[in-house]
Amino acid sequence: MAEERRFAEVSRDSVKLMAESAGVEVGDEVAALLAEDVCYRLREAAQNSSQFMRHAKRRKLTVEDFNRALRWSNVEAVCGYGAQDALPFRPAKEGELFFVEDRDVNLVNLALATNIPNGCAETMVRVHVSYLDGKGNLEPQGTVPSAVQSLSEDLLKYYQQITRAILGEDPHLMKVALLDLQTNSKIAALLPYFVYVISGVKSVSHDLEQLNRLLHMVKSLVQNPYLYLGSYVRSLVSSVMYCILEPLAASINPLNDHWTLRDYAALLLSHIFWTHGDLVSGLYHQILLSLQKVLSDPVRPLCSHYGAVVGLHALGWKAVERVLYPHLPAYWANLQAVLDDYSVSNAQVKADGHKVYGAILVAVERLLKMKALSLSKPAEGGVGGQQGTAGGVLGFRESSPGLSPPPEPLSEAGLGIASHLQAGGAGCPWEDWTPVPLPAMYCELYSFFGDSLAVRFSTGPELEGCLPALPCQPADARKETVANAAAGLDNSRKMPQLTANLNISPRPDGSPHTEPPPPSLAATIPGRPFARSSSSSSSVQRRSSSSRPGQRSAGPSRDVFPKARFPPPQAGPPSFSFLIGGRQMGRRCQGRRFQTSFGPQPPLASLPPRAYAHKLPVIGRVSKPVRRWTCSHYSLHLPL
Amino acid sequence: MAAVQDGQVESDAEKETKPDASNDVAGNSSGGARSMSPNAASSASGAAKAAAPTGPGEQQTLLAVLQFLKRSKLLESVDILRREAGLSDELDESQTNDGAAAGSASLLRRVSVGGAAATNIAATTTSKGAEDQPDVSIVLSAYSQQGDPALYQVYYSGLKNFIESVLDCHRAELSQLFYPLFVHMYLELVYNNHEHEAKVFFEKFSGDQECYYRDDLRVLSGLTKKEHMKGNETLLDFRTSKFVLRISRDSYQLLKRHLQERQNNQIWLIIQEHLYIDIFDGMPRSKSQIDSMSGSLAGEARREANKAKVYYGLLKEPEIEVPLDDEDDEAENEEGKPKKKKPKKDNLGSKNKKQDPNAPQQNRIPLPELKDSDKLDKIMSMKEATKKIRLGPDTLPSICFYTFLNAYQGLTSVDVTDDSSLIAGGFADSTVRVWSVTPKKLRKVKSAADLNLIDKEADDVLERIMDEKTASESKILYGHSGPVYGISFSPDRNYLLSSSEDGTVRLWSLQTFTCLVGYKGHNYPVWDTQFSPYGYYFVSGGHDRIARLWATDHYQPLRMFAGHLADITCTHFHPNSNYVATGSADRTVRLWDVLNGNCVRIFSGHKGPIHSLAFSPNGKYVASGATDGRVLLWDIGHGLMIGELKGHTDTVYALKFSRDGEILASGSMDGTVRLWDALKAFDVETDDFTAATGHIHLPDNSQELLLGTYMTKSTPVIHLHFTRRNLLLAAGGYNSQ
Repeated sequence: MAEERRFAEVSRDSVKLMAESAGVEVGDEVAALLAEDVCYRLREAAQNSSQFMRHAKRRKLTVEDFNRALRWSNVEAVCGYGAQDALPFRPAKEGELFFVEDRDVNLVNLALATNIPNGCAETMVRVHVSYLDGKGNLEPQGTVPSAVQSLSEDLLKYYQQITRAILGEDPHLMKVALLDLQTNSKIAALLPYFVYVISGVKSVSHDLEQLNRLLHMVKSLVQNPYLYLGSYVRSLVSSVMYCILEPLAASINPLNDHWTLRDYAALLLSHIFWTHGDLVSGLYHQILLSLQKVLSDPVRPLCSHYGAVVGLHALGWKAVERVLYPHLPAYWANLQAVLDDYSVSNAQVKADGHKVYGAILVAVERLLKMKALSLSKPAEGGVGGQQGTAGGVLGFRESSPGLSPPPEPLSEAGLGIASHLQAGGAGCPWEDWTPVPLPAMYCELYSFFGDSLAVRFSTGPELEGCLPALPCQPADARKETVANAAAGLDNSRKMPQLTANLNISPRPDGSPHTEPPPPSLAATIPGRPFARSSSSSSSVQRRSSSSRPGQRSAGPSRDVFPKARFPPPQAGPPSFSFLIGGRQMGRRCQGRRFQTSFGPQPPLASLPPRAYAHKLPVIGRVSKPVRRWTCSHYSLHLPL
Repeated sequence: MAAVQDGQVESDAEKETKPDASNDVAGNSSGGARSMSPNAASSASGAAKAAAPTGPGEQQTLLAVLQFLKRSKLLESVDILRREAGLSDELDESQTNDGAAAGSASLLRRVSVGGAAATNIAATTTSKGAEDQPDVSIVLSAYSQQGDPALYQVYYSGLKNFIESVLDCHRAELSQLFYPLFVHMYLELVYNNHEHEAKVFFEKFSGDQECYYRDDLRVLSGLTKKEHMKGNETLLDFRTSKFVLRISRDSYQLLKRHLQERQNNQIWLIIQEHLYIDIFDGMPRSKSQIDSMSGSLAGEARREANKAKVYYGLLKEPEIEVPLDDEDDEAENEEGKPKKKKPKKDNLGSKNKKQDPNAPQQNRIPLPELKDSDKLDKIMSMKEATKKIRLGPDTLPSICFYTFLNAYQGLTSVDVTDDSSLIAGGFADSTVRVWSVTPKKLRKVKSAADLNLIDKEADDVLERIMDEKTASESKILYGHSGPVYGISFSPDRNYLLSSSEDGTVRLWSLQTFTCLVGYKGHNYPVWDTQFSPYGYYFVSGGHDRIARLWATDHYQPLRMFAGHLADITCTHFHPNSNYVATGSADRTVRLWDVLNGNCVRIFSGHKGPIHSLAFSPNGKYVASGATDGRVLLWDIGHGLMIGELKGHTDTVYALKFSRDGEILASGSMDGTVRLWDALKAFDVETDDFTAATGHIHLPDNSQELLLGTYMTKSTPVIHLHFTRRNLLLAAGGYNSQ
């Protein structure tokens, strides 16, 4: 039993040394006995001191506790170690000698110092309604609870300094202030004030810089581990939502890059939601509702719509599926109208329209990807099921409408993920809402985006399982895209470009679009036969198929989809990975690259689906498996 | 004391053991001077036969044995012993006639090394009654040289092998023997200076013990020298009190047969001397049943310890002529629904008039008479109570959190007045601070000179005596010289009690904000104190293991409740003020009768020191929370554990029932408040069999009972309070580290 070794022991030599320093000669035997006794007494004192700690309702044993134990056993207390801070314990250079660092303090300097330290703040009691009816606090949205407490001098000063630094000119000072806000453990009393400052976003909507700083302030507050945000979450969220959704005064000037601000705010929103969403019940649902409201309001300017889309995107693909996707058909008409207007006066609006288009596209792509991934999980089960699914996928094509994709695994997977999301999130009920099966979704989305919908398949060794059915689409459904493609030249829908099958035409409207990059996939795998498909064909082309030779023979190989360009390397079990690549065009920004690789993810495959799904709600926190996710999660990611 | 215990065993086991007595002696004749056979009574003569007076110590022993025999009226044996031992009558007589006091004092000194031991024994013995002179068993409780130290391992592992080989149903029961045997054998080795053997023994077998004894084992492992046993309280407890085990008759006989077959006298002796085996008839208990009850420092409670009748019912509320009817009418008229309220009132009244069959006599404990102000307060509280929210699983209470900010001194205790108008905190820097929670500021009474000036006939004289200049939101009370660990408001809000590390309990006036009395008695840290729900009395408990009952106008305690084997960590009054519950670091809860100072209930089952207690409002149940994060529920009437609430991950420092007892709130060091469905938890049918045998089956339904978990931010919850309208107030000191 190693019980004995858990205790620190005072060795015989130590006793001898001490005795020598006290001028006493001690024999070996005596030293050994003394050492043992000292050990025992120390243990006893330590055990006794722990009860002082317990009764002081602390977890940390202090020197004071130990001294009390000594005093009650009639031993002199140890003086000079009353400081709260941990004492540095250092090894000496020579030999195995350790000592507590004990620096000299210059009392003269201390006495004559000009900065007289303030006393500690007064002890006070503050009351806070933490949970109303056993639920999180319900206060009207957007209101800042009136700050009730009187602040001490110091706190007030701190507050002034911090706000001044954050909203001031000096970027370095701002950084320091933000960092302190993020780590300071004593600012709980100031929280209402800061929240109030942040709620001032409405008054500075003309100043992007200030808005940005306020958002950073939100981030610092949210990340402060000592702050209990409580109901203030709601207020913070409403401030952030303001930045996402409102047609800010700053966005009148097209030179202002308010898009970035919205992206950042959206990211922040999801961060708040994932980390503090549990504080306020129904928060998720409310956010979704307000985003939906904006999206469905045609009067709103396009930048608001853009905000709604990136907001949804940041909240996760489920949000996109629930709100954006069902809403898309209605919204599309409006967007289409904007995009089809080539008049000069419309140029600005059109550019905004392109932004929205791009944002929707990115959101939708991730939706497809995640949905596909969620499907591939249950399908990992066995070869048999896989086969069946693959067959179903293959069969589901235009020419054989009788076959439908296997619905069970699809919906199950979708619901499975949804329930996890729900558990991790605000617990918002996903009532009466059935997920659209992936194939149908793809069809519909394809009708909007056409070839821009960059879901590609390539063989990868890890991600086993059948890829979702991405069935074909009647030609007439893809109205303008296909038509445009057929026309070959007037393709104006260029936002996220992908793959080589799109030839970029000179822009008729003269907007400064850059050329899309060559397809990353093609670049990554050179030397493969590049079966280039002509996009001029208006026939049905898109479908996913498993890469098995046997199955390929089953269907005519009319694969235009990029995946089909690469013959399977071997006849192993089919495994896929996605890569979405492209460049999202912005008018002013040089086009953010978005590339979301969904390829070989060994830990993904190795993790059981359950564990993986379990990790899902903590997106935004720093834990390894989730990190990988976040990069694909936020394809709109901006460096914070 | 010990003789009484032995008597219990005898009655159970006399028949079977008598024939073996001679065998035992024969087998052990060379073993030592003082070998005991299984049965104390029958073996006394046998032991004497083998014994020869070799030294003054031995002579003392013989005298003690003689005394015992005399008292047991075994006169022949006395003669034989005297003859054989060569003791002259004179010596004997003179020794005994010197007075029991002198003899017993010397015996005591011999037995209990160190002064602390003497007080301890005195404490325990006084609690048991004066007739318990130190005698045979105490003399023998000093470990003597018995058997070969090298064989201890063999003995122990022999028993272990046996227990592991018996049928499952017996194994769980007999496994209870491991821990006490292990400790006693280890101590015996240490006591007899077999340090090396002791270490080897410890290393070999300490791993087998139940995990909840870990803390005790840690103490034990540090102890390797006889000298260290002096003054080690844990071990003194172990030696002076018998470890209680409950074992079914079948299992017990199995054990005994085995020990007889193996001639395993060493173990048999320890069982006889240091264990108390409470034998019952019927099915052996299962492992989980045993585990739920064990864990305390001295084993389980004896069955008969919990048989005393406890009047747990509530006292009849004094009938107050309610002048508030007019007021009420007004209020009702405002609200426009006068009909609804009237019948409610009648209900309340009729309920109060009925005498609870389980309630004590109204005057069993003299209670202070109600003053006018108390009556007014009662009326207020009744009015508030009508506005009370009925809580339940579907309507959970709202929670307000009182955070102590900038408590650099360390917040150690909190209390809130019943009407939730004042909150007080005790701090590690020896201060007590009182805050007003309402807009009403705290004011002192004017000085005597100023008081002379006011018009005493004025209607608002009570208002006039207050000094407006002193109005402030908080007051600080200075007086203690150590951390204030316990704090309690009097029900009438005129006084505040505080107990401190400095060994005193202080009574403060909340009119003048000065200290009125310092109650000295506990010479050691006082961990907790609490006012009786009717005022006047209060209870305190601390490191000296004795809970004291005081009255505010007496500077000496009225009652001393001795019996706990370790520090008393928390004290609580029963709602009817007739009983006091104490929780202790010996991992038991005891219930004491205020009237006669008897211990009427011992609840064992906690696996760590108990830090919080709460009685249900109807007085039938008590809940206790410990450092292991578990909350246990006890039925006072039957003396049984009826529930276990698992969920907290750290010490439970606060427990409180809602005003109607539907919800139990628990607050813990882990920074959470948890709400439990108390009605469901208490909805346990206790059948006669369970009540008679004390064998409980605990459903593991903590998760079902848990209604909610509410987090704080870096703030341990150290106090909980339900307002009269069932709003939950929680309090704790914000911890910035």
